[in-house]
Amino acid sequence: MTSEQLAWKIRRHGIEMTHLSQGSHIGAVLSVADIIAVLYNDIANVDPADPKMPDRDRIILSKGHAGAAIYAALAEKGFFKVEELKTHYADGSRLSGHVSHKGIPGVEFSTGSLGHGLSVGAGMAYGAKKDNKQHKVFVICGDGECDEGAVWEAALVANHYKLNNLVAVIDHNKMQSLDFCENTITLSPFADKWRAFGWNVIDIDGHDHDALRDAFIKAKESIDKPTVIIANTTKGKGISFMENDILWHYRFPHEGEEYNSAVAELRAQMPEGITDMYGAEESFKEVAATKEVEEQKL
Amino acid sequence: MRDTFVRTLIDIAKDDKNVHLITGDLGFGVLKPFWEQLPDQFTNAGIAEQNMTSFAAGLALQGKAVFTYSIGNFPTLRCLEQIRNDCAYHNANVKIVCVGGGFVYGSLGMSHHATEDLAIMRALPDVTVLAPGDLVEAECATRAIYQHQGTCYLRLGRGGEKRIHEKIDDFQIGKAIKIKNGEKVVIFSTGAIFDEVVDAIQSMEEHSINPALYTFPIVKPIDRAAIEECAEQYELIVTVEEHNIIGGFGSAVSEVLAELPGPRARILKIGLDDRYSSIVGSQKYLRDVYGMSAEKIVKRIQGIFCE
Repeated sequence: MTSEQLAWKIRRHGIEMTHLSQGSHIGAVLSVADIIAVLYNDIANVDPADPKMPDRDRIILSKGHAGAAIYAALAEKGFFKVEELKTHYADGSRLSGHVSHKGIPGVEFSTGSLGHGLSVGAGMAYGAKKDNKQHKVFVICGDGECDEGAVWEAALVANHYKLNNLVAVIDHNKMQSLDFCENTITLSPFADKWRAFGWNVIDIDGHDHDALRDAFIKAKESIDKPTVIIANTTKGKGISFMENDILWHYRFPHEGEEYNSAVAELRAQMPEGITDMYGAEESFKEVAATKEVEEQKL
Repeated sequence: MRDTFVRTLIDIAKDDKNVHLITGDLGFGVLKPFWEQLPDQFTNAGIAEQNMTSFAAGLALQGKAVFTYSIGNFPTLRCLEQIRNDCAYHNANVKIVCVGGGFVYGSLGMSHHATEDLAIMRALPDVTVLAPGDLVEAECATRAIYQHQGTCYLRLGRGGEKRIHEKIDDFQIGKAIKIKNGEKVVIFSTGAIFDEVVDAIQSMEEHSINPALYTFPIVKPIDRAAIEECAEQYELIVTVEEHNIIGGFGSAVSEVLAELPGPRARILKIGLDDRYSSIVGSQKYLRDVYGMSAEKIVKRIQGIFCE
């Protein structure tokens, strides 16, 4: 599988999962999909056959609300069955809206409250250095998340202890819950802030897979600094009516026009070599019909 | 008590290189022996308790047994969510150590009075809560949390506590320690207020009241069996804690008592009466002002018998 194929599948699952669950945060899932796809597909040393192997790279999704993207990536990489993705948000499911590690192979850390992940990652990176371990720690944060003071506490510590094995990736989609970041709490000059905190800064297009791969490779080569990859992204990327629209932080793709258009737009972008795992258009209706029958039974 | 903790931790850490101590930039003079003897197992995380606690969770998940150290409310309330989400939910092997439980820092003001910590930490699932009462309990508690996999909270006094026990043979998480049997009344004490309780008992004995005495260095899990036994055997259970009477040790005991069927002892909770202290004073002074000194403990108990 290529990272482009995985990214498409993450988006496709994201639409399906939020549609079925009526769950939030599809905008964030679409924005972070390429970062996660490249990381899991081409960069991180992780193994579905041995999810707890000691020398695995650690990946923390600090913006836990985009957890559907991690679940989709893990399922597609074989950590658990793709079928289980349908239980996202559902009664009795282990796939919570914000990413949880309990009982889910491959999820390194549970998040959901913002501003925790980078500190945890710094602790992991620090421990790895203490023990001369070679694995890396990747922490994916949101830009709005950087309103949290604890992010900057972690930034200070990671610089002080020269945690060059720590890589933060900011999904810099310029939007947060209620508005654009700049209208909420000004972050700019964003890259300069990280530089001032002593970090190695790599500023890229967060949807360009080659740029992401290059950035991760450069980050791994950092000698004495932690690296932050500022991945410039678009919230809702890939679905025209969701892009840069704050509505899609919380709204789910409703049955009918919204869902059908989202799927149609994604299908038009489907990379070669894969098929839509949710089948032909007719079968969406079958899925919906089955769901209705099941609901009636309940 | 803090020196006992550090001395014990040094002993442990010399034998186990995976033990790591992180301070939130506090412990001047106290932690020095640790960082001098074990510099590779020591980190100053700076004045940033939220980061310190998440960082500790990350380090623990890499296989370390991590002790975080600070004073008053800083290692607990300041970073409560980090304890809940990052430590407890992940069953991270992090031991949160607070120096200055209760009114230890009485003269420093309300910000430094740790008087709700037991209640709040006790409310978190998968957090074991300890409040040793003297130097012997402090050493045992330090060893016990090291042995116990998972997130623990250790509430210490400060310096100058007494050595009340001669020794403790069988210190176990979940077990109270019986000091003596008595008649009608049993006193349950947790934390460094133990010395006031011992003085109170001496005084009462002079007035022909002979209370039984237990210490509860472990507040969670609470020793239900000891409470149940005493509820049958005595008429009055008195809990004493240097802490708000809401939610803390007395509440933990009450929760057990309230569920017992049939006739049982009544309870008197001695502690801070649901308030903050804006009055400045030494620990001894504030204990007296808020009704937790030996003298006040005696008066409260005598009051019940004179009803």
